[in-house]
Amino acid sequence: MAAFPMGASTREAYGKALVELGRENPNIIVLDADLSSSTQTIAFGKEFPDRFINVGLAEQNLMGIAAGLAASGKTVFASTFAVFATSRCYDQVRVSIAQTHLNVKIVASHAGISVGEDGASHQAIEDLALMSALPGFTVVVPADEVETPQAIRAAANTEGPFYVRCGRPKAPVVYPPDYHFTLGQAVLMRAGADVTLVANGLMLAPALEAAAALERDGIDARVLSVPTVKPLDQEALVKAAVETGALVVAEEHLLHGGLGSRVAQVLAERRPVPISFVALRDTFGESGKPDELLAKYGLTAEEIRKAALATVRRKTT
Amino acid sequence: MSNPQAPAQLAKAGASASLEAAHISSLEELERIAKTLRRDIVTMIGRAASGHPGGSLSTVEILTSLFFNVMRHRPSEPKWPDRDRFILSKGHGAPALYSALAETGYFPMEWLSTLRRLGSPLQGHPDMNRVPGVEFSTGSLGQGLSVATGMALAARMDKRDYRVYALLSDGECQEGQTWEAAMFAGHHELDNLTVMVDANGCQLDGFICSILDLDPLPAKWKAFGWHTLEVDGHSISELLAALEEARSTKGVPTAIIAHTIKGKGVSFMENNNEFHGKAPSPEQVARALEELA
Repeated sequence: MAAFPMGASTREAYGKALVELGRENPNIIVLDADLSSSTQTIAFGKEFPDRFINVGLAEQNLMGIAAGLAASGKTVFASTFAVFATSRCYDQVRVSIAQTHLNVKIVASHAGISVGEDGASHQAIEDLALMSALPGFTVVVPADEVETPQAIRAAANTEGPFYVRCGRPKAPVVYPPDYHFTLGQAVLMRAGADVTLVANGLMLAPALEAAAALERDGIDARVLSVPTVKPLDQEALVKAAVETGALVVAEEHLLHGGLGSRVAQVLAERRPVPISFVALRDTFGESGKPDELLAKYGLTAEEIRKAALATVRRKTT
Repeated sequence: MSNPQAPAQLAKAGASASLEAAHISSLEELERIAKTLRRDIVTMIGRAASGHPGGSLSTVEILTSLFFNVMRHRPSEPKWPDRDRFILSKGHGAPALYSALAETGYFPMEWLSTLRRLGSPLQGHPDMNRVPGVEFSTGSLGQGLSVATGMALAARMDKRDYRVYALLSDGECQEGQTWEAAMFAGHHELDNLTVMVDANGCQLDGFICSILDLDPLPAKWKAFGWHTLEVDGHSISELLAALEEARSTKGVPTAIIAHTIKGKGVSFMENNNEFHGKAPSPEQVARALEELA
């Protein structure tokens, strides 16, 4: 199995990126709802106290204030845990941020079951479905400390509402130092002709490991990183479907409405091929260590490998 | 539905980008304008055959006081950075806002007859991206005060002296978010923020006191750190005095509880909840306009 060096968590990379952006751009305001030491916005707050507001435990108000500041010309980053940044205040995001198409960047930490011990109430597994459903929202899931700062910078420099999903645990470094993130573009991580493994975030490393394992199985697997969930890089996906004839989509999210659903929708219209999904299936998470949970719920390299083998068998040509 | 001032202002708007809205101090003139707004509201909702007349009519003196006297704004330059901001948190009162905006010259009077029609800028609830002068999109109750609070914060950060006004319904004070925002504005001593509560005592399903009583409403705002005033919401002189007091109050935001009558000005609509979200028939429009002549 390919091993990747462990890097910072994506939330830590976010916190660091924010401080750098804050130094360059005095127009950036950061809001948090009493979780700044967890979301890592605290570093920005320490350096720029006049541009940081902790609104307290009030997520609906968090989004409304973010909207009011953005309507006044500010570029606003609003952060809390992914569960509280999405479902807790969904109508506020919908009406005050999405419908108005304001410059609010919701960067949520602690997404997915890799939150671990805090359990189901704190594990956002439907956040991508919710945020992708909102017209005009851009949705990004960075994978590591190399990609996260670039995704945050792209969010800051692109007009309109963003949802960026960050995680709690340390994240393996999957990208080379010279990696260049482009909003809306998929990234070819590994060439391959028999099947394409599509992943982002915490599932990108297992997808790469699965590809290495599949090589030993005699399967030449392509790995496509899709950090931008919306808008989706349709051309890269269609190309993968044409050239490899089968896909596996792996994500730390519910099957419903996540990356897999969106990929399937595009390919159903443009290039139907066998697709399998490695995702949570109509279930909440629970307490446990992140690795234990990922193993229990099947979000592993081995599950991706098995799905790939089964999907390749379904190919008609 | 016409006001001889509006075309003149529109014409001037092209000539001078710095034109500020007329500051009208004559009470008789303001009351005449209020009556015009009421005629606009009844006419446009009647024509649309859809809308919320009751909660639009109850806000008329509040909007008249703000748009024709108190607020610093330029209908010819809706995005003027130093304008005072007005957020209609009770978005279903849109017809009243549209009338005030048209009568001050933000857009042609003819737009009013397109209310709620396909393709009209005048959506059922206000949309900031379609209508000049609509400061923020609303419609889902309880959100406006948070947004207004963000704008008041922005003014403080940018060291600008504009003021922010949010008009809430009393029913909207049942929404938890209203109190999240009230707590925040009180804590942050946002004295450039003024809330007007259109306290007409009614909500869609009936009287507030029987559905979910807010009493004592002024004490609630006070407890959240706001300077709190109560006025007759149909007395322009009381409203102007209260808004002046809000402006001179430092260190805390001000909440003005404006006691109003739902459907005010049209006898058969007053305190008649049938007209919360129902348009008058053509006959009823004619009767209402006779009363408002």
